[in-house]
Amino acid sequence: MKKSGRNISEEFLAERARFVRLETVRLSRIAGAGHYSSTFSCAELFAALYYAHLRVNPAEPQWPDRDRFVLSKGHAAIGLYPILADLGYFDPQLLDDYTRFGSPFGDHPDMKKIAGIDFSSGSLGHGLSIGVGMALAARAQGRALRVHVMLGDGELHEGQVWEAAMAAAHFRLQGLVAIVDRNGLCIDGHTEEVMSVEPIEDRFRVFGWETARIDGHDFKAILAALDGLKPAGNGKPQLIVADTVKGRGVERMEMSLNWHVGTLAGSDYGDVIAELEAGLKPSRHREPA
Amino acid sequence: MSKMPSITGQDQSDIFTGTSTPSAELKDARSVKGTPSAALPAFVLGEELAALADHDPRIAVLTADLASANRTIDFKARHPERFFDFGIAEKNMITAAAGMAASGMIPFAATFASFCALLGAEQIRTDCAYPRMPVRVIGHHSGISMGFYGSSHHATEDLGMMRTIAELTVVCAADANALRAVLRASLDRAGAMYIRLGRGRDPEVYPEVPADFSFGRAIRLRHGRDLTILATGTEVRPALDAADALDAAGIAARIVDMHTIKPLDEAEVLAAAAETGAILTVEEHNIIGGLGSAVAEVLAGRSPVKFRRHGVPDTFAPVGPPPALYAHYRLDAAGIAGVARELLASA
Repeated sequence: MKKSGRNISEEFLAERARFVRLETVRLSRIAGAGHYSSTFSCAELFAALYYAHLRVNPAEPQWPDRDRFVLSKGHAAIGLYPILADLGYFDPQLLDDYTRFGSPFGDHPDMKKIAGIDFSSGSLGHGLSIGVGMALAARAQGRALRVHVMLGDGELHEGQVWEAAMAAAHFRLQGLVAIVDRNGLCIDGHTEEVMSVEPIEDRFRVFGWETARIDGHDFKAILAALDGLKPAGNGKPQLIVADTVKGRGVERMEMSLNWHVGTLAGSDYGDVIAELEAGLKPSRHREPA
Repeated sequence: MSKMPSITGQDQSDIFTGTSTPSAELKDARSVKGTPSAALPAFVLGEELAALADHDPRIAVLTADLASANRTIDFKARHPERFFDFGIAEKNMITAAAGMAASGMIPFAATFASFCALLGAEQIRTDCAYPRMPVRVIGHHSGISMGFYGSSHHATEDLGMMRTIAELTVVCAADANALRAVLRASLDRAGAMYIRLGRGRDPEVYPEVPADFSFGRAIRLRHGRDLTILATGTEVRPALDAADALDAAGIAARIVDMHTIKPLDEAEVLAAAAETGAILTVEEHNIIGGLGSAVAEVLAGRSPVKFRRHGVPDTFAPVGPPPALYAHYRLDAAGIAGVARELLASA
């Protein structure tokens, strides 16, 4: 059984984040297109959550006392599937048929077909409400688990997010953790130009949440924030805003509006693989918009 | 606008939240809040769910600021730890119910039909039906039963919308005992469900809880060979009353409670066509998309039969007390009997 606080090195986590990016590129080629950049922005968050934080048991995916993870930004599932396979939830070879006819693995995750997916997603704005329900159920059932919900920043445009934010504070769901992948872009442009979401922390704080803001590509910061989370209980729900770079790791995709959904043609595929295998370089977009 | 019938004065106290009674005379504030006139039948939703929850720890009840109107407050009184009022936030309520269901609970989420089935339609589809969560969404005060509150509070589209959602059970309860039967049977049914109610305080159809209630199996309430009236929900009672009137005119009408809109009891529809030769569907719903459409889909190309869909025409209803609206749209007993005669007289 996996437990939090294990002796996991940052080097190992960085290698797993690179694995997520490489698999995303590989699987996107099978599908013909993929959500590269939205997945690259949360690769470090995925790695930290699954290899160093969540109390889950791949041998018993439905373990009732497990921590929950709801990927509300379901379009990043392409980066989550390889982790679930790596942890042993299912045979990694199943991913070779990613998105092909009849595959359990679509662009958005289906909880009924994929072990380890705690809830189906794809329609933005729903995940935090799912988390509210899971946290209320855990309380009613006397289970001291935490429910983690990862949202996109553009997703904060959806009104239902704020219904859920209000309810989470009202019901004092301390065990509910929202993680916003603040990568700066939605499809039509920078969030602050399309529909501003800042100041995110202030907005959640006045709704009654505890908040923190970190560099979402820095494992020290991510692990410190996750380790600092309070356990489930009656108190303020907890928000982590993770400042990230959309497309992080592939220079042509970083903060580019052209790569929300894209396809790597010709020699671009090999070039990107080589770029990722070389490991992360400092980003010229490190300061988020 | 055509001249409206001058019917007024129906007791609509079921959704009152206050009375003019001086509060000093009342010992318990709850006896004021939402206590309807004694003239109305009891709304058994909260009481029945509370009784079921005594023996089933999976049951939770959610509402959206309508605990008095739908009497889920009766559940709260007995199981406060499993009662959740989400305020005026129906989408959040329905999706949170799905989250609870994913954790092993059976949540019943109740509010006005217009606000759960219409406002929450995508949440019902994406979060409840698609992942096959055992969420029971209860849309009460459906159809035009909200009367003078107007079209924002009417729901004459919900059956059509819910019926097109894959793998969703869609069921209408005709009265309190039918509702009890639906709630009890729902505990063993897989997947998500939309339960449509009238005011929840509707005139009696079943003196007792129907013993052999089963989703997708219609209940034949009255035998007849001249035509079949397939009614659902709040129209079952007036259909039965219409049968009395028709009987007096020498017309024997078979009356069927088509409680389950999906999956529809196709065998009952085909039997009605073969054995009575004429079918009239009656529902408190737009004639597009609801029971009538579902029955037409069964009959099309399979069974030549005199057939008419009866309900609210494709329009938004005028304001008025419910009885005036029912009379206007011929959805009361006299109206249904008249429409039945027209059907039989047609070529």
